[in-house]
Amino acid sequence: MSTASVPLPNWIAYGVIPLLNLLVAFLISGFVVWLIGENPLDALVLLLQGALGSGRGIGFTLFHATSFIFTGLSVAIAIHAGLFNIGSEGQAYIGGLGAALVALALDHYVPWYVTMPFAVIGAAVFGAAWAFIPAWLQAKRGSHVVITTIMFNFIAAALMVYLLVHVLIVPGKMAPETRTFLPGGQLPTLEWVMNLFGSKLEDAPLNVSFLIALVMAFLVWVLIWRTRLGYEMRTLGVSPTAAVYAGIPYARTVIVAMLLSGGLAGMMALNPVMGASARLQVEFVGGAGFVGIAVSLMGRNHPLGIVLAAILFGILYQGGAELSFDMPNITRDMIVVIQGLVILFAGALEYMFRPAFVRIYQTFAKV
Amino acid sequence: MDYFDILISVLGSTIRLSIPLIFTALAGLFSERAGIFDIGLEGKMLVSAFASACIAYLTGSPWIGLAGGIATSVAFSLIHGFASITCRGNQIVSGVAINFFVAGITIVLGQAWFGQGGRTPQLDASGRFSPIVLPGADAMRGVPVIGPIYADVISGNNILTYLAFAAVPISWWILYRTRFGLRLRAVGENPGAVDTAGISVSWLRYRAVICAGILCGFSGTYLAIAQSASFIQNMSAGKGYIALAALIFAKWKPVPVMFACLLFGFLDAFSNFMQGKSVPFVGEVPVQIFQALPYILTCILLAGFIGVANPPKAGGVPYTKER
Amino acid sequence: MSQSPAIELVGIDKKFGAVHANKNINLSVAKGSIHGIIGENGAGKSTLMSIIYGFYQADSGEIRVNGQPIAIRDSQTAIAAGIGMVHQHFMLVDNFTVLENVMLGAEGGALLAKGVSAARAELKRLEKDYGLEVDPDALIEELPVGLQQRVEILKALFRGAEILILDEPTGVLTPAEADHLFRILGVLRDQGKTVVLITHKLREIMAITDTVSVMRRGEMVATRKTAETTVGELAELMVGRRVLLRVEKGEAKPAGTMLSVRNLTVKDGRGVTMVDDVSFDVRAGEIVGIAGVAGNGQSELLEAIAGIRKPASGEILLDGQPIDRVDPARLRDLGLAHIPEDRHHMGLVLKFEEYENSVLGYHRDARYGRYGMLDLEAIRKDAMEKIEKYDIRPPNARLKTANFSGGNQQKIVVAREIERDPKMLLIGQPTRGVDIGAIEFIHRRIIEMRDAGKAILLVSVELDEIRALSDRILVMFAGHIVGEKTADAGEQTLGLMMAGIAA
Repeated sequence: MSTASVPLPNWIAYGVIPLLNLLVAFLISGFVVWLIGENPLDALVLLLQGALGSGRGIGFTLFHATSFIFTGLSVAIAIHAGLFNIGSEGQAYIGGLGAALVALALDHYVPWYVTMPFAVIGAAVFGAAWAFIPAWLQAKRGSHVVITTIMFNFIAAALMVYLLVHVLIVPGKMAPETRTFLPGGQLPTLEWVMNLFGSKLEDAPLNVSFLIALVMAFLVWVLIWRTRLGYEMRTLGVSPTAAVYAGIPYARTVIVAMLLSGGLAGMMALNPVMGASARLQVEFVGGAGFVGIAVSLMGRNHPLGIVLAAILFGILYQGGAELSFDMPNITRDMIVVIQGLVILFAGALEYMFRPAFVRIYQTFAKV
Repeated sequence: MDYFDILISVLGSTIRLSIPLIFTALAGLFSERAGIFDIGLEGKMLVSAFASACIAYLTGSPWIGLAGGIATSVAFSLIHGFASITCRGNQIVSGVAINFFVAGITIVLGQAWFGQGGRTPQLDASGRFSPIVLPGADAMRGVPVIGPIYADVISGNNILTYLAFAAVPISWWILYRTRFGLRLRAVGENPGAVDTAGISVSWLRYRAVICAGILCGFSGTYLAIAQSASFIQNMSAGKGYIALAALIFAKWKPVPVMFACLLFGFLDAFSNFMQGKSVPFVGEVPVQIFQALPYILTCILLAGFIGVANPPKAGGVPYTKER
Repeated sequence: MSQSPAIELVGIDKKFGAVHANKNINLSVAKGSIHGIIGENGAGKSTLMSIIYGFYQADSGEIRVNGQPIAIRDSQTAIAAGIGMVHQHFMLVDNFTVLENVMLGAEGGALLAKGVSAARAELKRLEKDYGLEVDPDALIEELPVGLQQRVEILKALFRGAEILILDEPTGVLTPAEADHLFRILGVLRDQGKTVVLITHKLREIMAITDTVSVMRRGEMVATRKTAETTVGELAELMVGRRVLLRVEKGEAKPAGTMLSVRNLTVKDGRGVTMVDDVSFDVRAGEIVGIAGVAGNGQSELLEAIAGIRKPASGEILLDGQPIDRVDPARLRDLGLAHIPEDRHHMGLVLKFEEYENSVLGYHRDARYGRYGMLDLEAIRKDAMEKIEKYDIRPPNARLKTANFSGGNQQKIVVAREIERDPKMLLIGQPTRGVDIGAIEFIHRRIIEMRDAGKAILLVSVELDEIRALSDRILVMFAGHIVGEKTADAGEQTLGLMMAGIAA
């Protein structure tokens, strides 16, 4: 009998196996660290210290996590409807355009808390718009959303570079970026929160978009499990046959799910563009869209899990940056390696240990 | 510079830029026709570029470098295969993971081993694949029209270039004239038919993935030690994804794949050429249009507006013997 | 001089968990004969054939081919032993040619070129010897279903099959194609091949087989020489004398017509006509049961009325309103409820918790939430009420639906649909995989609906159920309604009609 169909208790399926996958990923990373001549345990300690050992460290960690929460939520919404949206990288990029346009338009005239809601809407609308065509193609013409969203990532990159180099660039300057936003177009940092806990952020750009991300995580939870639309999306995602039976319209549900997904990806842009650099730059997404896929998978597509997984990757990013200061042999790219391993073991190989566990469990269950 | 010279120059660039696309797209062809979706083409190109550059540097021989590049690429193919076939995991995630891992590991190891900021040491001529001058090239250069084409475009390329073009009919022959190819194409359409005929679906798919690895190995090696003289960070620069687009644009067939790659290579070459030049009425054409064009064309195809693109029916779906 | 039987099964036994699919089966098929295996759905025929072909391993028992015991571990060993199978669902590669499909797995060498000319020659020979004509270079997806099946047969013969097993081969064929198939089977037999024909159609058994075995509920109940038996005897053996499920019910008091089906034709995904110009009515306050062996169009009929499958032509009227192009959501608003045949994939989302399934299809109702939100408290309360009323166990609305037993799962579906107080109820296989207690409960609820003046259309492969519940019985065979009987019709009469023999 196939082991895939044997049910395992929740604590094994959702607790032990993912942790084991993570452990293996870290073990192999440790091996690579050892290969390049450093002590893995020292590296781990430095990494954790760098990420969590100071107000600044925590600030950076949560700053990175913010981006991953948005992209993770984006992927999760689509997955619940049965769609694999790999386009969050491109949707976030275009979302940045939306946020930047709002900031550039309003920052002379109004304070940040007036600009903010419009920027959120702008980012979301632009991100959703970028997801619309792949969504429509899947819903109406059956074109595989995986392939179209990959293509749109690249089209987005080309488009944004063009805009930044030829249209939005500050006349006379060399760098392909917009002018710096005035405080009316920026998102303030969460220095005051840090001070509450008795520490300082220093130069960590942890900003208000972190709170927006948490709010969005809550709202996504409400959407998926407390609304009719969420119910319909989940039904479609688990059982398209049941969805037909229940009168759930395929095309409309697919398109709405993708628009919401694209909107959340677009909101990711608020973090770096308005919260950190205060201008729109090339490549500001920096791979967060792809990390979002891993975050969503690891978080089992649940907002709570996504927040935790996003923080984990934030720790990796920030801890890795600190680590590369103290151990020059370990560069930022080592973190990319670890990321890859985590994605591989917690994602693609997530069932690798399942057959072994089924056997162990069945032996013990009989006792 | 007269128009003909420009043409020769652009043609030459086109071929140089198409070669990695051709190898990689053919790799994707084998994998996807067998039903395994491979986003990790980019990663395999990059890692084989790195491996071949390292080994060519250490041994001084481009051929051993090639062997190393192929071996590394195949190793990663097997990882993807293990995740996709045996573990029935998500093939997209597996590909993304490999791309991430390779992007990082090549720089980490490169820096740790050579200390040059992530690149490998420059190879001298003996460590690279050198241009091959075809017989009579110099003599023919004077002949109008055909001469320069023969002498400067067709001749003077390195051996991997010629192998790339040879790989197209070879791939075609394997897919359509051998038992292996027949079964490979069948398993991507209806694995049940293959299974009931008593053939192992897994082993067949593993072999397909290995073929993809071999071809990506050629691709990466070309980038590092034929087209260039060392490995540079992220030198694949998205070519793996363009190759994927070319594969889809060519509807998963070998000879159209070659033409699609040449087309996309031409767009790349043309955009390089057009940089800084003005077109009447429009001014300078932004290079980004050419960069985006392969992807836009592929999307238009996928939308069914220029013919129908039917991917292999069983593509991306792990096979389970559910009865 | 007696020859070993071509294939012999001794004591084959197979369980799938609690389901005893094959109970100690003994079977002997003589070489050069056509042997039929007949039985209703769930009798265990397909499981048995899967064991012979190597898909499953029997728990115990032996298979002998030409007198030699053989361990059939996989399809390769079966093929090597000379066993060829023509599946009900073809295992063909649609965008390959006939030649490529036939060669797949038996290419005769690493390079195709040699194999191709040998294959062409062999196909020519098979065409000559057995009359199996087909264009080797035609693409499968362009061939009619009858020819596609021929390719499946050619595949088996190409590999040197001496024993050919055909699983319900005529389900997708027109009568003319079916006759042609039988001629071919006769030629095969005359040439010394052995054919095992699995079917539920008595006409075919009588027309072409030399011997026939009857399977019922996992057992081989009888074997006869076809010439020495009658359709009546076979029908009786097939259907069996079971304990009749008697439900207390009074006389039906039917009122006006609620459902009107006119000249309905429905095709399946492959374009095969499954429902052929069917017309009938269902009145309020009556239960119309559609009897028939699965695969004769009942499922497609139900799906068309339920708005899940678009009919090719014809009309469906609900209370005078045309509904043949209406989607399921709207149908629910119009008062049509549907208990689907497939509760695992269609009627329920097994991953969901019970209360989520108790509103599937009705989740937009104002009762369950407003402004796009779901009022979970209201839904759960509603679910608990249904759980109590229908005695669903365990009485836990938060439990994952997959953890309920089959009977309780079905009660969830039944509760959901009945409690909507619809005007008309469509029911498919209501008690498949359901325990006796739940069966009685569900039957009683259905009668209650009828007495409350609802129109009910019941589709079931369980003849007992149809006879126990229906006021009128329509028998479907090969896409047609072949007859209408009242509730007191005899088993044998109905069995014959279900097997295609006109009453």
